[in-house]
Amino acid sequence: MSQNHSIFSNGSEYLIGVLFGLGLMISGMSNPAKILAFLDLAGAWDPSLIFVMGGAVLIGLLAFYLAKKRTENFLGGAMHIPTRRDIDQPLIVGSALFGVGWGLAGFCPGPALVSLGSGESKALVFVLAMLVGMWIFERIGQKKL
Amino acid sequence: MGLLTSPLWGKYVFQMNTKAAIDADYLTLIVAGLLVGFGARYGSGCTSGHGICGLSRLSPRSLIATLTFMGCGFFVVYLVRHLI
Repeated sequence: MSQNHSIFSNGSEYLIGVLFGLGLMISGMSNPAKILAFLDLAGAWDPSLIFVMGGAVLIGLLAFYLAKKRTENFLGGAMHIPTRRDIDQPLIVGSALFGVGWGLAGFCPGPALVSLGSGESKALVFVLAMLVGMWIFERIGQKKL
Repeated sequence: MGLLTSPLWGKYVFQMNTKAAIDADYLTLIVAGLLVGFGARYGSGCTSGHGICGLSRLSPRSLIATLTFMGCGFFVVYLVRHLI
């Protein structure tokens, strides 16, 4: 039973990742040039990202509305839905740093992994730096900040 | 793993064009990667986490996070493309 369970669980995680990746590619959101065109309000502005995000949120509203009613997921595992509602300094400073990096390269974690998978060597450089950034947070962030 | 292999599905199963245009040079990519990695952990979320899942949950934390990273993104691109 538990072996079956982990096959289904890993399989569904894998397929959900593929689905998300396909969505990013179809919408053009795995392409940094498209992200930077969205962030470039003063240039030839490309509003695609707002529609992609808006569309995803519309579907997500329904999905999370249904998910919040459940106590376990479809495979019988525990649900992990965040519950914090406080606005604190790490949230603001972390998001600000994230935004600066996002604006510099046009990459965020999901699309960077998709680009890495399509064999872009520049995406490899970005993903490695991103992992180092996460590692730095693990080492010093939690203690000092 | 799903995300990493999704381009293979896109390319070979769905015949999609998976090519991306990455203009940033290597130094920029390294600096940006460090900021994105550190910021995503420190701010407990990214574009998908806060921007899509968080907004879908109507989380006030995610709304603030999304406005913050988008604002910074707009500002940095304006700085790089129009002021420097």
